[in-house]
Formats: sequence, structure tokens, C-alpha cells
Amino acid sequence: MEDFKTIAELIAIAEKNSSSLAQVVINREKALTDKSEKEIRNKMAESLKVMRQSIKKGLTEDISSMSGLTGGDAQKVEKARKAGKSIAGDLFSKIIANTLAVSELNAAMGKIVACPTAGSCGILPGSLTTIAAEHDCSEKQIIDALFVASGFGIVIAKQASVSGAAGGCQAECGSASSMTAAAITYLLGGTKAQVASAAAIALKNLLGLVCDPVAGLVEVPCIKRNTIGSSNALTAAEMALAGVESVIPVDEVIVAMKKIGDALPSSLKETSQAGLAATPTANKIKEDLLKNL
Amino acid sequence: MNNLSAFDIIGPVMIGPSSSHTAGAVRIGNLAKEIVDNQLKEVKIYFHGSFKETYQGHGTDKAIIGGLLGLKTDDSKIKESFKLAKAEGFSFEFFPADLDDVHPNTMKLEIIDQDEIETTIVASSIGGGNIIVSELNGTEVKLKGEYYTLITFHSDKPGLIAKISEILQIYNLNIAEMEVLRKEKGSQATAIINLDQKVEKHILKLLSDIPGINNIKLVKPLV
Repeated sequence: MEDFKTIAELIAIAEKNSSSLAQVVINREKALTDKSEKEIRNKMAESLKVMRQSIKKGLTEDISSMSGLTGGDAQKVEKARKAGKSIAGDLFSKIIANTLAVSELNAAMGKIVACPTAGSCGILPGSLTTIAAEHDCSEKQIIDALFVASGFGIVIAKQASVSGAAGGCQAECGSASSMTAAAITYLLGGTKAQVASAAAIALKNLLGLVCDPVAGLVEVPCIKRNTIGSSNALTAAEMALAGVESVIPVDEVIVAMKKIGDALPSSLKETSQAGLAATPTANKIKEDLLKNL
Repeated sequence: MNNLSAFDIIGPVMIGPSSSHTAGAVRIGNLAKEIVDNQLKEVKIYFHGSFKETYQGHGTDKAIIGGLLGLKTDDSKIKESFKLAKAEGFSFEFFPADLDDVHPNTMKLEIIDQDEIETTIVASSIGGGNIIVSELNGTEVKLKGEYYTLITFHSDKPGLIAKISEILQIYNLNIAEMEVLRKEKGSQATAIINLDQKVEKHILKLLSDIPGINNIKLVKPLV
């Protein structure tokens, strides 16, 4: 199996075989699972279908989380967009609405694709499918881009972590944003170096982000943090496609993320003991929820 | 983590909001159903630690009931599991609890099936939807739902384990992992045998006929 531990290795394999980044990830999966390329592509197509369904559901159905804390914000943004009230352009508003839709659906026990986690599940679908629709990309192109996102996620999981409990929110929303930046850049025809730069820039911008969920729930601030993951991915891809390079290579950024995660106190890694989770309002929310037990 | 699949990163497809508190709870329910292997009548669920504090907000309560009904982690019906359980005629109750020195995401299930047989299970959700059953009817076990697992309850005497492995060998069943536990010398003992291959019913019968074996259970792996 031609496996890769780093993005540099992933790119080197692609260059050696004159293949795309997506193909390297697909070939690795073939060797790993003994499945055909067709089966593997079909499985990703299935995930893409669920991603689109989750956006649609989040935008059209009445969504309210089990705790009652969240829901309905995607529809607010979508309504403002449709009324022509977008500040940063229609595509940007669409991405924010679609990202919120998936994250809110997750909090309301809807069906989602964890990418890489359930807590960060709005970023990749919300951004990638929206940009792909805007640019009339084919299904094959979108699925290839998802494999690229997955390849970057594999490296991050190997070298650092994609768990908030291990690395803070930088490991969840940061990783998702980095994977998404790579996927968008790849989808829109960026070079291998540009794809790597986009991933590096996106992850750099979210380094140090802590995981401090109010009352331990995947709601506040998680849902809105998905939107910063999307807007950040878009910003990074925009820069990378324009030729802006990351001074620090993506593999070094990933290792830095791991070290920052290790240095973060456990109170800021999904334990709800500090940060937003320890604010007066969060304490009040927690008390109210416990009263209902 | 070297065998990480592309679909471990983009995936699984699941019902939110949390792989540990929702998907993990569904899988605990699935494995408990597998262990009981009979129509359920009454279930008492004791939530410990992080489960105790957030089970409603994470839908852990709906997830465990959905799992006990056999729903998979990506089934949208999990949200309506209470209604489905009532339709199937099994009752359930939740209690906050402190279960001593266990993983923060742990629950205890007291299950009574339609034949009035009681099963007690202690299980933890250990991250990413992975689970472990650590106690079965008061006996310490280690079940993760990864294998075909034989659980024996037998008299602690020499030669019995040899007889079990002899039968497994005849049918070419490979032991992946095995653990024998007992409370004290000469008392009731338990063997947990994880196998790489499927165990057919007639083999189970042969094993249960070994003198000294009081009870034997087969638990199928979770998909």
C-alpha cells in the first residue's frame, strides 16, 4: 500500500505516479479495504447525498435541539439572504446558512456525516457543496474533492488529533476548516502546492481554539464555530488560489497544532470547566437543565 | 491509527449530536439486545458521570432505547424511540447514579425479558462511538462487539477449558482473544472467548453439553 503520513508524502506519491491527490487517497483505500474503486466512490457518493439531505432538512424543517438551546438560525440567515440583505455577497450568505443548517440538525438528533466529527459536521458540506453548485462542478469532481479532504484529515488525525477532548476545538473545527480549504482549492483547479497552502492557512488561523461547550452539549458555541470554520476555509482557498503561499508548510502547522493541543489545560478540552462553559450564563443554563432531571 | 480509512474521517453517517453520547449509546443498546437475545419487557437505565449530566441534551436516553430496539446509529427513527418502545410493549425508566470508579461515560442497564430473566450490564462509551461492556450479571467482562464472542458460566475445575478449545479446533474456529475469570478458586468461573469466525448453533449446543458448563451465551459482533 502506498501510504502517507504527511501531506508532503501524499503530494510526492501523486507526483511520482502522475496522478491526482484524490486518486492517491482512493488507491490507499482500495489497498486498505480490498474494495473496488467503484465501491469506494459509491460510498463517498452516499455520504455526499446525506450531506445534501442534511442541508435541505436544516433549512426547511423545524429544528430545535433536545435542550431547546439552539435551532432556527440557519433559516434566519437564509431568509435575510433571500431578502437581498447579504453583506459579503450571496454565495457567502448561502455558505453560512448551509453550514448552520447541518450543525443545527446535528444538535437536533438529525442524520449527518461526521467530518471529521459530529461537532464540526457543518463546515465541509456547508462550504463545498455550495461552492460546487455555484461553479457547476460535476459529481465526480465533488467526490474527488471529498477524497482530498479525507486525505488531509487522515494526515491530521495521524500527526495530531481530530478530537476536541484531545486537542481542543482547533482539532475539530480547525481540522474541518483545513480539510475544507484543501477541498475547495482542489475543486477549483488549484495546484498541489496551492491545495497544501490553503490547508495550512486555514489551520494556522484557528490554532489555539479551545473546546468549551456550555453544559457539555454540542451546541454553544459549537454550532456558530462551524460558521467560522466555513468562512475561514473560504478565505484560505481564496488566498491560495490567488497564489498566496503559507510561509509555514502545512505539515509543520499540523505538528504545531498537536503541540498546542497538548499544552492546553484539560479544563479547555471538552470538559466544560472553563472558557465559555464557565460563564455566569453558562452556569445558569446548566443549572436549569439539571433541574429537569 | 495507521489503518485509518478515508471514511473514518468523512463518516460515519450518524444521528447527532455526539459520537460518544449518541452513537455510542445506540451501540451499547445494540450489544445489550444481542446479549439478552429475547423480547424485552422492562429496562432500568442508570446514567453515570457525563451521561448523568447531559443525557437529555445529547439524546442519550433516546439513543439507548433506540439501540435496545435494534435501530442502527444512522437511523432517523432514534428520535422517536420512546414511542416505538411503547408500541413494542417494553417499559423503561432512567435514573441518575454514581457507579464508583468507572469511565465518565458509563451506564448500567437492568433488563428483564419476557421470560422474566434478569440481565445486568455495565457499559461505557469510550470515544468515537466505540463501546465496552465491562460487567455482565456481576461478572467482570470485556465486550466490545467486535467479534463472535462466547461467554461461558462454568464450574472452576481442571480440563474444562481444554474441552472447549478442542471443540473449537475441530470446527476450525480460531480464538482471537480469550480471558478466564473467577471470583475465587473452585467457584463459578467465566470464560470470554473472542472468535474470528461465525459460530453455528449446533456447535453452541456441543459446547453447552460439556459437563460443568452451566450456561453459555453467544454474542454476535455489531455491524
